[in-house]
Amino acid sequence: MTESNSSYQEPGALRVALRTAAILLIFMLVFTALMAGTYRITAPMLEASAQAERLRVINEILPAANYDNDVLRDQVLVPADAALNNASVSVVYRARQKDKPVAIVVEATALDGYSGQIGLLLAISAEGRILAQRVIRHKETPGLGDYIDPKKDRNKQRPWINQFNQVGFDEVPFKQWRVKKDGGRFDQMAGATISARAVTNASARALLWVNQNRETLFSLPVGSRLEPVK
Amino acid sequence: MNAYKEIILNGTWKQNSILAQLLGLCPLLAISATFVNAVSLGLATILVMLLANLVISGLRTFIPYEIRIPAFVLVIASLVTVVDLAFNAFLHDLYLVLGIFIPLIVTNCIVLARVEAFAAKNGLAASTLDGAMMGVGFVWVIGLLGLIREFVGQGTLFSGIEMIFPRAHAIQVLPESYPGFLIAILPPGAFLVLGFMIAGRNWLDARANERQRQWLLEQRMPRANTASERG
Repeated sequence: MTESNSSYQEPGALRVALRTAAILLIFMLVFTALMAGTYRITAPMLEASAQAERLRVINEILPAANYDNDVLRDQVLVPADAALNNASVSVVYRARQKDKPVAIVVEATALDGYSGQIGLLLAISAEGRILAQRVIRHKETPGLGDYIDPKKDRNKQRPWINQFNQVGFDEVPFKQWRVKKDGGRFDQMAGATISARAVTNASARALLWVNQNRETLFSLPVGSRLEPVK
Repeated sequence: MNAYKEIILNGTWKQNSILAQLLGLCPLLAISATFVNAVSLGLATILVMLLANLVISGLRTFIPYEIRIPAFVLVIASLVTVVDLAFNAFLHDLYLVLGIFIPLIVTNCIVLARVEAFAAKNGLAASTLDGAMMGVGFVWVIGLLGLIREFVGQGTLFSGIEMIFPRAHAIQVLPESYPGFLIAILPPGAFLVLGFMIAGRNWLDARANERQRQWLLEQRMPRANTASERG
């Protein structure tokens, strides 16, 4: 009796399971299609606004009046193993005025922030000076170490990051390119030295790297990759 | 009409997602260091909760009971993705402010909780209202939390408002020399302030209950004499 009962119920349970699975499959297909469709429609707009955003950040450190080429197009790729510490292949933008080199815009990473990595974007002139630099990503302590980002810096007149503007190794030698606490030339805020030290050292490494590779960077064809020479 | 009033009261106070249900604490604690961030996350949460409840309520007859949770998760995750992409593409200026918060909403279990507890059992209008009101309950609590943490931690109000209204400025309430009270800005501060807020809510509720008990007692005493008058 019980056996026939259970053998009677078995196909029922199977049918319920199949039906349920089919419904879940339909849900999956419909909602995946919804996401894929939305992505397809919005992708060109997203790409355009990402480009605009990138250009805005670049123009913050390199005034648009200083160059006349399409800086976003004029790029070369740099492998991850360069002195820049970037986790993956990064893009270097080249700014030119009447085909004469003006500046290199390069991304660099400091691995030794107080809480994780600090991403920097630097504009370095053809004469080997940092025109300006910005922290483009960080996780430093809010209200304490985040003054490295001028948006969070309480000193609006003269944000901390601005002391690097127009400075090159001719003015501050590599050995002295440190925060004052380490015997260098750059200020730090008391109580949050680590963030300042990380940014300062990373910018020194980036400037050194650009100085060593400037000729190559400006002469490479658009979109090509810098081979690790050294 | 009364049912809707009940939904509004439940969402904003009685069943408040944070103060009563203690749900969605992860985004709450992560984003409440300043008022502007907190309210921005809250507004994005309202939108997602409203949509999630609306869609699930509409689809509830097609979802078998056994697979409701995976189905809900699928719907919520897709909705958040679609909202995120649409915001980025069509309302880009607003996206720059709210954008980072939208994916965070997926981690907010209050969305799944309301879908499961309410939208799966109720009609479209009631479910949408419930989603919106649970969101409103979330906004005012996270906003207040942000206000307190920002004031204690940095001595300012509305810092970051220029991201939303470019001409507005943060208000420096305490003098510039205020050294800041770091723990209020760090995660432990969020737990501490939230603890005080929950205690405050419990105290208010306890007081209200006590008053009601007193009132009932007073009603009962004279009732012996005036029962016929009261009808």
